[in-house]
Amino acid sequence: MNALKQYIDLFEDNRAAIDAGSPAVLNAHRDAALNALRQAQLPRKGSEDYEATSLEDVLAPDYGVNVRRIAFSGDTTESFRCDVPNMSTCLYTCFNDTIVAGPNAVRNAGGVIVETFKEAAVNHPEVLAHYGSMAQLDDPTVALNTMLAQDGLLVWVPRGVIAERPIQLVNIFNSTQPLMAVRRVLVVVDDGAQARMLVCDHSQSKEVSYLASQVVEIVVGRDATFDYYDLEESSPRTHRLSTIYARQAQGSNLLIDGITLTNGLTRNNYRISVDGEHALTTLLGMTIAGDQQHVDTHSLISHNAGHCKSNEMFKYVLGDQAVGAFAGKILIKENCPRVEAYQGNRNLCASSQARMHTKPQLEIYTDDVKASHGTTIGQLDQDALYYMRTRGIGEAEARRMLMQAFMSDVIDGVRLEMLRDRLYHLVEKRFNGTLAACSTCASACGR
Amino acid sequence: MRHRALLNMLEIKDLHASIEGKEILKGVNLSVRPGEVHAIMGPNGSGKSTLSNVLTGHPAYTVTGGEVSFYGKDLLAMSPEDRAHEGLFLSFQYPVEIPGVSMVNFMRAAINEKRKYFGQEPLSASDFLKLMREKRAVVELDNKLASRAVNEGFSGGEKKRNEIFQMAMLEPRLSILDETDSGLDIDALRIVASGVNKLKSDDNATIVITHYQRLLDYIKPDFVHVLYKGRIVMSAGPELALELEEKGYDWIKAQIDNQ
Repeated sequence: MNALKQYIDLFEDNRAAIDAGSPAVLNAHRDAALNALRQAQLPRKGSEDYEATSLEDVLAPDYGVNVRRIAFSGDTTESFRCDVPNMSTCLYTCFNDTIVAGPNAVRNAGGVIVETFKEAAVNHPEVLAHYGSMAQLDDPTVALNTMLAQDGLLVWVPRGVIAERPIQLVNIFNSTQPLMAVRRVLVVVDDGAQARMLVCDHSQSKEVSYLASQVVEIVVGRDATFDYYDLEESSPRTHRLSTIYARQAQGSNLLIDGITLTNGLTRNNYRISVDGEHALTTLLGMTIAGDQQHVDTHSLISHNAGHCKSNEMFKYVLGDQAVGAFAGKILIKENCPRVEAYQGNRNLCASSQARMHTKPQLEIYTDDVKASHGTTIGQLDQDALYYMRTRGIGEAEARRMLMQAFMSDVIDGVRLEMLRDRLYHLVEKRFNGTLAACSTCASACGR
Repeated sequence: MRHRALLNMLEIKDLHASIEGKEILKGVNLSVRPGEVHAIMGPNGSGKSTLSNVLTGHPAYTVTGGEVSFYGKDLLAMSPEDRAHEGLFLSFQYPVEIPGVSMVNFMRAAINEKRKYFGQEPLSASDFLKLMREKRAVVELDNKLASRAVNEGFSGGEKKRNEIFQMAMLEPRLSILDETDSGLDIDALRIVASGVNKLKSDDNATIVITHYQRLLDYIKPDFVHVLYKGRIVMSAGPELALELEEKGYDWIKAQIDNQ
């Protein structure tokens, strides 16, 4: 049984309604997505790119899709306050897959244009034309998103604009019924522009099953700088299939940081294409997982030009029966001299039942490059633990401090100061087991 | 001779301990009273480091016999952290590097866990920093080191100074200095030894584990013991250290092995 069939049927039955509620540029990609899905075979668990995750199982449940765009009614600021407070951001909230601007959101935030796709289709169609330009429909999870997406958020940083305030998008599941949210983001950072964006995922119900289908496309122009922080604090019954595509022009500086603190099952794909020389790419990730949490990362950094640097580091701390997976490839194509690429994946299994799967890969077709990778799976340093205990630090506290210390370099990689401070706090709370008792938020997400 | 309290602080009776099934300590007896400095010397492999690890509760060692009381309490029944709270301190021969844990957080956790153990409130941030500053001066520890990760990238001398700094912060009743002189040049040795001497009082005691007389020129022991094959085979006054420096251990080995 192919779990995709129910979605294909749903689409075919509702195509008119879906098209009617969507901008033309989204509709233009649906046939290709549908055809791809009709031919797609879901990769089996244990296959090359899905070592630890069964897509069939993720997609099999009968989730509802908000085909007719039933609007969420309620006060966005009351029902949700983010776990990253005190941060002055241009806030947008996405309830399931409907975007609502927060009170601080301004359409033109210091020169940055933030619009729903529907708005952008009218106001900035030439920018929205980037939609679908990177998404690869041979990935069934991406084709599914493209077939069903009805709206999304466009962030456009015009040429030379330096955005002071970060843009924040908070994705929240608040449906009382099982639901699949089809979320889409397009970021276009023009030449010489600079901006930072924070995306937070939450689920308001711990009992209801959710599936988040998320595709993000990021175009980074010449000498532009862009940071994208993706922080997931969802629920044990939230599944998430996310793919982030990025394309970098000459001299650009891109940082993508994927953080998972609480979730059910998550598959995060990163596809970064470095097309211009002298570009800098930083890809970071941090996962803290306990219980039955499942976090699977799959990355590809493709160096298509010379004289570029990329630095990739994913760290996992796994407890209880948590499962982690990392598969990362660095591809350096022909005629890309002087590329320097590093990939690291460091993992701590803090319980005997936690499992980590890791697969580093380098594929290099140019001689004059520097590329390396390092992967470790280990336990807490027993000598350090003993040393701390002889100083009077109890075992539980010492373990917590060591696990937190393990994450410190990834947290320090965050270039958004408020977020970095907040992450130290959240990670501490996560290791204390008190993340669920978050005082700032009405959502009872987390554990 | 300084004033002696009647009560023994530490009482080790017929202590046997093994690691991975191999018996290392084979009946150690030792009494330490407040105000005393004991030196434990002995050839390599005699069990000196094992003794300090067993006293502080290293999980790799198994006590197979005997008892240890610390101010009348059963030391061996306590967790390593509770032994620390009760006032036992080990200056490590090889201090452990802990990347990602700053000295400040490390010391704050240690101090506050001890306070919690005695039902006290955590130290305020300003009082804590004041304490750090004050104690840093004891071993002339650079502020830069105090703000770095625990022992990470410290030189050998800096690590040992950092041990004595931690000792100053925690104000133990009994300090065990395990080969604190190893890897130290003469200046660092003087700083470390003077730190130890500054912390000495009539209420606390020190066990100095060392190979050489050198450290004992700076930290004057009241008693010198020779540990050999897992037993204390000879105890005497400070003059024994000088004799060992001159004659080595062979004469003691011969004496014991012929028995």
